[in-house]
Amino acid sequence: MASPAAPMTPTLPAEWRDFLALTKPRVMSLVVFTGLCGMLAAPVHVHPVIGFTAILCVALGAGASGALNMWYEADIDRVMRRTEKRPLPAGRMERQAALHFGVGLAAFSVLLMGLAVNVLAAAILAVSILFYVLIYTVWLKRRTPQNIVIGGAAGAFPPLIGWAAATGQVSLLPVLLFSLVFLWTPPHFWALSLFINSDYAKAGVPMMSVVAGTKSTRRQVFLYSWPMAIVAVAPWPLGLTHAIYGGVSAVLSLVFLGLAGLVGFSAESDPALMKHERRLFAFSILYLFALFGALVADRMLLS
Amino acid sequence: MTPTPDFDAEYRRRQKSRSVVTGLALGALVILFFAIAFVRIKNG
Repeated sequence: MASPAAPMTPTLPAEWRDFLALTKPRVMSLVVFTGLCGMLAAPVHVHPVIGFTAILCVALGAGASGALNMWYEADIDRVMRRTEKRPLPAGRMERQAALHFGVGLAAFSVLLMGLAVNVLAAAILAVSILFYVLIYTVWLKRRTPQNIVIGGAAGAFPPLIGWAAATGQVSLLPVLLFSLVFLWTPPHFWALSLFINSDYAKAGVPMMSVVAGTKSTRRQVFLYSWPMAIVAVAPWPLGLTHAIYGGVSAVLSLVFLGLAGLVGFSAESDPALMKHERRLFAFSILYLFALFGALVADRMLLS
Repeated sequence: MTPTPDFDAEYRRRQKSRSVVTGLALGALVILFFAIAFVRIKNG
């Protein structure tokens, strides 16, 4: 900050694209998709306007979380190659502008959800934003290698919010969907952290691969994939879904376990040669999209 | 420090594009609020 005696240096206002970048649009796409699927999988009809509003609120809430995350993490974003071009570390925006934008967007998304959709969906949305910002970003991320394990809950809320927006209540299927995303997060992020390990180490973020080493991380990627696969398939034998979801989830979970096995038993130490890890990371994104897509197809075609 | 003409032009361009985006967002919200109110009243 300039001292009162120093000459004022004029600064350009941030572009609207920088505000958009604060919302992490790519992360938002998965959040919106799982939220939408949670809503479409619910056994009730939702008016399109109310449904659109609910998904808009989920998107705005996710955007607010992203903005507040970038506001808090500007210092470590600056030293990581993956994040150094974001608006704050690149110096294209004042930190305070990001804070105001994030808080305003968060408050607006929760208020709109509460007034236009229902109070339960608004309450879960508020919890998800607070969880991501306070529990994951502020508390866990810089303190423990379990940051992703517990923080994964933050990204698991959207299907729960979508379901609550449609029905006004929570039941077993959305809880299983929440658990699926929660258990999917560690193998997904640890696969990524294996091949960008140096970036996290440089920033001092205690990711599992930095603290426990790649061998332990590989083992945990494999171990965490098992409960994830069981929860992914569970809705079918429990009678909550039909054969479309059951078949897709069983086949894709087997592929996931196979890829996680290749990562788990690999001894590769050069990030540039980690093709199994890159493959698992890419497949894990497709896996989640496909499972939620199959859930909606199952509900629409067979219910 | 005196801003250069280039700086001034870039400042105004950014201000204008932000105003346009804000205006469009507000317009979209007005339409959305109208639609929500309509659905809520219609559904009791």
